[in-house]
Amino acid sequence: MAEKVTMQEILSEEDPKKRNEKYNNYVDNVTPKHSWFVNLFWAFVIGGAICTLGQALINLYRYLGAGKEDAILYQIITLVALSVIFTGLNLYPKLAKAGGAGTVVPITGFANSVAATAIEFQQEGQVFGIGCKIFTIAGPVILYGIFSSWIVGFIYWIYTLYV
Amino acid sequence: MSEQSKMAGRQSVIFQNPPCILGRSSVAGQKEGNGPLGSFFDYIEEDPYFGADTWEEAESNMQRKAAELALKNADCKPQDIRYLVAGDLLGQLIATSFGIMELKIPMFGIYGACSTMGEAMSLASMLVDGGFANRVLALTSSHFCGAEKQFRFPLQYGNQRPLAATWTVTGSGAVVIGKKPDNSEGSVLIKGVTTGKIVDFGVKDSMNMGACMAPAAADVIYRNLRDFDRSPSYYDKIITGDLGYIGQNILFDILKEKGYDISEQHMDCGIEIFNDETQDTHSGGSGCGCSAITLTGYILEKMYQKEWNRVLFVPTGALLSPVSFNEGDSVPGIAHAVILETEG
Repeated sequence: MAEKVTMQEILSEEDPKKRNEKYNNYVDNVTPKHSWFVNLFWAFVIGGAICTLGQALINLYRYLGAGKEDAILYQIITLVALSVIFTGLNLYPKLAKAGGAGTVVPITGFANSVAATAIEFQQEGQVFGIGCKIFTIAGPVILYGIFSSWIVGFIYWIYTLYV
Repeated sequence: MSEQSKMAGRQSVIFQNPPCILGRSSVAGQKEGNGPLGSFFDYIEEDPYFGADTWEEAESNMQRKAAELALKNADCKPQDIRYLVAGDLLGQLIATSFGIMELKIPMFGIYGACSTMGEAMSLASMLVDGGFANRVLALTSSHFCGAEKQFRFPLQYGNQRPLAATWTVTGSGAVVIGKKPDNSEGSVLIKGVTTGKIVDFGVKDSMNMGACMAPAAADVIYRNLRDFDRSPSYYDKIITGDLGYIGQNILFDILKEKGYDISEQHMDCGIEIFNDETQDTHSGGSGCGCSAITLTGYILEKMYQKEWNRVLFVPTGALLSPVSFNEGDSVPGIAHAVILETEG
């Protein structure tokens, strides 16, 4: 928590930079925030439930005779499909309101960000709407996901040259 | 005609022939209709698309409806209006241009973010008092879905709104401002205006717009009181646009420091228009439509009923764009004050 600043200190500050700093501190103090503990709890419960569902799906597909790799793949496809359906029915945002990062981090969050953007921008056409804008939110995840795996691969390659 | 100056103090105008509000209209969305002020609005549309296929077109339809209703209320036709002063939040004012094109009225498009209603009324009153027009239509609009799409995330995207966030009002308000009629008893006149400066206290959080705009609102209210040498008690109400709960407290703090306590007279349209507890709107309502329909639906009604006789109407705007936000700029604020007084 920032130090408490009075309005008098802010308005009597002549240096605009320092004044802005003080005002930002003041605003920080008077702005209510979500309780981090409640957020943490619901992220744990809802995020955990999504992951448990994923595990249950893997077990189900294994039980139906799929190999380990295939079962994982089917599970991902099922979760993504469910997330897209929930997004279309306008239920995912309600889940996310409570779940926070618990709904953003699993693959369902990724699917939601793509589906929601597609729905929103379809009015602007198949090419300039959906085509150009579908990865507006998910794009950074894809770009930096691929980029960081490239860096890790490069480091691993160097490592194999000497060991 | 005398050459007496219409300028007052540093930033204000005092009208020699105060223009009169001849007609008004308020068009609102369903959520606004379900809010505490719902019964005051002229027209509530259940379809968020207003019969259109896109959010942008929906807002245009809403604005056209508001213009038509205001003209009807003022008992005049589009050709009786000399100028139109209007704007909205969407890029390049598309809601306005596509909405009122058919009216074929000479028009000035303006951008004042959520302070647009104050800016439009200020300019319209100047046009009328200056003798450049007999009647001017001032209007603005905002649509929750269009604003979310442009400024934030797609509607179906799952995320948590901060407690400081406000909810963009779906609504459009319009007023016909014209020369005072011979029998003006009971009507509302625009006695003067104070034009706001851009005020920036360096807040970068676009989800806390009340904090971004409060210094601008305080600045223009302070200027108004100084320019006219008045105390806050001169007004029955001092009404800001969309500061919300957080911005309201900051406004009180700043003005107290400058020697004015307005907590008794103050009201904020953003706080009035929704019920935070049942409607989950967090800090309050916002958007051009927020102050516009609260004025045309609720505030003017209170004035016609003589519950309030002197009102300082101060819509507030946050001057940001998705680009300026991404480039790390702060969110400066602006506010425009309009003095409304009942006659007779």
